[in-house]
Amino acid sequence: MNDTSTVAAAELIPSRGAVLELQGIPRGHVVPREIESLCDQAMALFVQTAEPAGIIKRVSAAEFATIYAGEGRNEPQTPVAEIFPRADRLALIAVTLGPSISREISERFQSDDLALACMLDAVASVAADHLAETVQQRHVDRRRELKEIDQEARALRYSPGYCGWHLSGQRALFGFLDPEPIGLSLRDSFLMDPLKSVSGVVLIGAGWIHAFDNAYPFCTDCHARGCRERMDVLGQG
Amino acid sequence: MDTLSDLADGVVNGDESKVSALTAQAIDTEGSAKRILDDGLIRGMTIVGERFKAHEIFLPDVLMAAKAMYVGLGLLRPLLIEENVDSLAKVVVGSVQGDLHDIGKNLVGIMLKGAGFEVIDLGNDVSPSRFVEAAKEHDASVIGLSALLTTTMPVMKSVVDEVRSQGLGDRVKTIVGGAPVSEDFARKIGADAYGFDAANAVDKVKTLVGKN
Ligand code: B1M
Repeated sequence: MNDTSTVAAAELIPSRGAVLELQGIPRGHVVPREIESLCDQAMALFVQTAEPAGIIKRVSAAEFATIYAGEGRNEPQTPVAEIFPRADRLALIAVTLGPSISREISERFQSDDLALACMLDAVASVAADHLAETVQQRHVDRRRELKEIDQEARALRYSPGYCGWHLSGQRALFGFLDPEPIGLSLRDSFLMDPLKSVSGVVLIGAGWIHAFDNAYPFCTDCHARGCRERMDVLGQG
Repeated sequence: MDTLSDLADGVVNGDESKVSALTAQAIDTEGSAKRILDDGLIRGMTIVGERFKAHEIFLPDVLMAAKAMYVGLGLLRPLLIEENVDSLAKVVVGSVQGDLHDIGKNLVGIMLKGAGFEVIDLGNDVSPSRFVEAAKEHDASVIGLSALLTTTMPVMKSVVDEVRSQGLGDRVKTIVGGAPVSEDFARKIGADAYGFDAANAVDKVKTLVGKN
């Protein structure tokens, strides 16, 4: 069964540090009052314009094997290919902040409200990830409540476009999940419309299943640190 | 401090009301709109660009400065037209077909404008033919292409190919950029330049049009 839900935008307001970091400002750097107030304005505007919604659907490992194979363009060896067969439970997920926020950002750029436009974009980018996390967490909490998963089980999300999972995998993912009810569509370039959206698979199981060495050939060119940070949080076990 | 240095300072500090007042004052006292543009507004943005490159200031500071510069530019524009002042060159920019990511492209456009280029922004999801038609229509010297997805990068090659196949390669140069794009990719598709960020794109475009 598909589980669609909405989340209040106010629940997704990111930390100032995370927003500024996406604008290239190092964590802990003291910014002038104008920039702080710009950030606060962007957060307020975010609450007014975002329409956060998500969809999550259980998928079996066999079904996911086909979805993951996608159009046959993944890297030969990938972390997800190793991890998903070890998971106790899998779910596909897609979330979006809706079209209004992207429109708001564009209009602000067009009217030369440049710094606020860019700040709002950063707020929305961080919030889109929070939204995915929130929808995922609700799903996991519910499974725990219903005793469908182990109380110690850990859930992590993996997305097409990362870690050797080719972006074209979006087509099979969308085919199975059908996120149209939350207003999400997929373009030929595999880009989701609206822009501030995130998709992926949630893999649930013991913490250790998520551990992998960052020694895949594609890790050499990858500057994303997310995988390492997530493994650290899990304590790899 | 003289009016134009003060004006440059207003831009650097993103002080819109100061820029507005000083541009109006300079129009009355300086005579030449070109001088106000070069020694006031563009000088301010050049300082901003240098500080940004040196990591002394950050993106929001640059954008506040750019907005202040646009206020001055708005006041100056009628006079620049009257004086027949040309921009450094015309640059058509856009995010390629299939791509809705446009923040990076917007930043490149803002920095180019700040450096004295005329920017024709085609928005996002732009087809190769629209890029080339716009370059012809506006007599642009450069086409700037942005892509954030590996799946939209091939469109960049289509634009470069279309420029060549229409025989425009000598007068219309191409520059590409975006998170998955690299110098190597730019070379492979035959683009004339690669910009790794907005400030770098300005330097590269200046080189392309011989204004460095
Ligand atoms: C003309 O000359 C020039 C010269 C220089 C030029 C230029 C042109 N154009 C740009 N530049 C350059 O100058 C600019 C200023 O310095 C820079 O422009 P940028 O646009 O790059 O920079 C912006 C100012 C800030 N940068 C950004 O906003 C993008 C940052 C990263 C981390 C990113 C973010 C934040 C997001 N994302 Co995502 N995202 C990533 C990005 C990874 C990265 N390190 O870039 C990227 C683009 N995303 C990716 C992916 C996979 C995805 N994202 C997704 C979602 C998201 C968020 C919503 C969470 C968020 C919003 C994105 C947005 N921009 O609206 C999904 C797609 C969304 C969709 N609608 O389809 C999803 C598909 C993940 C998923 N399955 O859910 C990757 C694409 C990989 C690929 N194979 O193509 C990605 C490269 C991350 C990665 N894997 O490393 C330079 O690139």
